[in-house]
Amino acid sequence: MSSANILAVTGNQAVAQAMKQIDPDVVAAYPITPQTDIVQAFSQYVADGVVKAELITVESEHSAMSACVGSAAAGARTMTATSSAGFALMFEILFVAASMRLPIVMTTVNRALSGPINIHCDHSDSMSGRDAGWIQIYNEDAQEAYDATVMGFAIAEQENVRLPLMNMYDGFIISGAIGPLRPLDTETVQSFVGDAPSYTNLLQPDAPVTMGPFDGLHGWYFEHKVAQNMAMDSALDAIQDTYDRFHELTGRRYDHLMTYKMEDAEVAIVVIGSAAGTARPVVDKLREEGIKAGEIKVRTFRPFPSAEFARVLSGVKAVGVMDRADSFGAQGGPLYLEILAALYQHDVQTKSVNFIYGLGGRDIFPHNIEEAFRTLADAAGGRELPKSRIYLNLKGV
Amino acid sequence: MKWDIRNIQDWGPDKHEPGALIPEAGNARYYKTGGWRAERPVRDEETCTQCLFCYFFCPDASVVVEDQKVVAFDYDHCKGCGICMVECPPDAISMHPESEFTEEGS
Repeated sequence: MSSANILAVTGNQAVAQAMKQIDPDVVAAYPITPQTDIVQAFSQYVADGVVKAELITVESEHSAMSACVGSAAAGARTMTATSSAGFALMFEILFVAASMRLPIVMTTVNRALSGPINIHCDHSDSMSGRDAGWIQIYNEDAQEAYDATVMGFAIAEQENVRLPLMNMYDGFIISGAIGPLRPLDTETVQSFVGDAPSYTNLLQPDAPVTMGPFDGLHGWYFEHKVAQNMAMDSALDAIQDTYDRFHELTGRRYDHLMTYKMEDAEVAIVVIGSAAGTARPVVDKLREEGIKAGEIKVRTFRPFPSAEFARVLSGVKAVGVMDRADSFGAQGGPLYLEILAALYQHDVQTKSVNFIYGLGGRDIFPHNIEEAFRTLADAAGGRELPKSRIYLNLKGV
Repeated sequence: MKWDIRNIQDWGPDKHEPGALIPEAGNARYYKTGGWRAERPVRDEETCTQCLFCYFFCPDASVVVEDQKVVAFDYDHCKGCGICMVECPPDAISMHPESEFTEEGS
């Protein structure tokens, strides 16, 4: 692909572009910063007749997700986008979408949950929805967000998956900042996405069905929850297969975990989202000093690739897990807890510590990450790591 | 479509339709809710004027009508709510504790 095909766009413009090229049947959404201009751009495409999609403007995110559920249940390809408080308002229906096994694709532009009232980036919105039953994929930049949007239905609609999928990226840092995008041509996008599978839906008058029924007083809720988890297990391969197929098509390689200089790493950080890009030059700098540093960027968070983590971390002496969301009263942030469990379950004896950073949009600088790496390097040399969280770039310390 | 659910009590997670879908219309009739009933409605044939109020008011379609006449209650599905008794203009319907009836609550 020639450099003439590189666009300078914001993360939100990149996703709106992908949505335009996919041209789903229905988009139902409500505006919220920093997601708003995705759907704003898309509504312009609808108004201009560039897409055939039906745009449903609703009165809240609870209604947005409810409309998405109805639409997807009727067999329509359905997309939406949200952030923060909007995500929180659709929380109830996130579970309904997942339990009805509806392959809705949603962009969640990460923003803090109040309070104090804060519109900036952290991951507390989508992390709070990690048990809703959605596939969760985190993206570092506009290109990843675009690619992940193109790949969304290909994952969510697979026969043994049939789960809703949400793509995340950092509010403002990625959503509003301009970066390079190599878009695919629309024909390529449409052929990758393919035709929607013809699952049973509500709009078959000759074969009427009931969706979202009451489960009875002593019904099968438990069995359905287990079935959802089985679908999640299948999603791990489905995601990788889709990544592989996308790689063949575009040359762009994705994995559940994207590793950087991890082959011989003794100290590593695990990071989600845009901070991964901040950390890589730090890894390079420390490598020049002779410190065997590496980075693991998490793309797939649900289903959680725990065996993959255990494999990548097995030779590492000390790992620092960077969480951009906290879990109050827990032993650490959500990512840290997952990794601790993965290490324990796979009997990997890597020392670990939790770094909390970036809450409410607090900047994370290379020197903060360097500081984190030096703590890990000390631990690799025999020093004990604290059991409590280490806060990066916290004021007054 | 006829959905065979004879052994559904023993179905594990992989046997169900994804998303708890029910692929057969109107099969709620196989789900007998009569067992929920504490009191059953009994209609006095003499007093009944066949106005059909009970039929129209019954929320569970449990008043059986043939040739435009009430002939029975469907005790397999009547939950004993008593709305028919309240609505009946000539007070032809009365509610009686299930314990008064010797046979199983059907």
